[in-house]
Amino acid sequence: MTQYVVLSAILFTIGCVGVLTRRNAIVVFMCVELMLNASNLALVAFAKQHGNLDGQIAAFFVMVVAAAEVVVGLAIIMTIFRTRRSASVDDASLLKY
Amino acid sequence: MTFWLLAPLMVAAAVGILFVRKAVHAALLLAVVMISLAVLYLVLEAPFLFTVQIIVYTGAILMLFLFVVMLVGVDASDSVVETIKGQRIMATVAGLVLGLVLILALSQAAIGTAVGLSDANADGNIQGLANILFSKWVFAFEVTSALLITAALGAMVLAHRERITPREGQAELAARRMRDYAEKGAHLGPLPPPGVFARSNAVDTAALLPDGTAAESSVSRVIAARGTVRSAPADDVEQLEKQIGDPSQRQHASDPEEGR
Repeated sequence: MTQYVVLSAILFTIGCVGVLTRRNAIVVFMCVELMLNASNLALVAFAKQHGNLDGQIAAFFVMVVAAAEVVVGLAIIMTIFRTRRSASVDDASLLKY
Repeated sequence: MTFWLLAPLMVAAAVGILFVRKAVHAALLLAVVMISLAVLYLVLEAPFLFTVQIIVYTGAILMLFLFVVMLVGVDASDSVVETIKGQRIMATVAGLVLGLVLILALSQAAIGTAVGLSDANADGNIQGLANILFSKWVFAFEVTSALLITAALGAMVLAHRERITPREGQAELAARRMRDYAEKGAHLGPLPPPGVFARSNAVDTAALLPDGTAAESSVSRVIAARGTVRSAPADDVEQLEKQIGDPSQRQHASDPEEGR
């Protein structure tokens, strides 16, 4: 069972590094999805570990929230792209000032 | 066994997401990770989540990503310039530290043997999930519906575009063209078609001007931004002359695609 959780930790780390290093907003979003998926794997593994289905329900809810988050996030990326013709996360820094 | 086959594949694909330059490639690598995850769910006795993972993640979410890449990502390549100095290295180090801490903590913890889901899945996985979803977790389930409707509304509001200026009709377009010609001397006629003077007549090959340079305006802006414009090879004429001149290769000369 440990190997599933270790794989989940590795995938989460990769997603984390991706969010920190990539500049393209779409790829940053994909890395967030990767992190959510990694946590789902841990939840499903723990469901089997403890012999009840609560972990699978939690993973199911994570999927629902991820779907809603992707829809809104991609709409925001579309809107930003429409006004400034760029999908780079560095360009959207107007709130800083 | 399935795990040891899929785990290296998944890690390799996930690392690939960090390094590929095009968003489409990242999406495809993410699809590899997600489908492998679905198979792992099957191994972990979660057949319902296996189906949902494939339908919702690879089916719906990745398609949404690809649609947005089609609309946005065409000329949205990743810039290599760092806005914060040393940020990439610091992020990588922080990520490595996080991974090390997680894995060390996991190796310290004694997880023990798995109970297994054969009892919980006795009446079937979907029936078991439905039992607790509609009893123990019913409030969360109801809240989810509010979340989904809010997300759908939010996406509609964000994606909707209000037209502020009146739509430019054909008459205005023609007038603007004439004005540009009068003021800036812009070319009045239509744009040159691609590839008519080059060897190929494909849309991704730029037309050649009389002096042999490529006419950039003859290729669609989208194709140019994607970086898939093909150019006629510089030594094109010499190659062709050599082929025609050599009798042993004469049959190749009739096939212009040969040697590409």
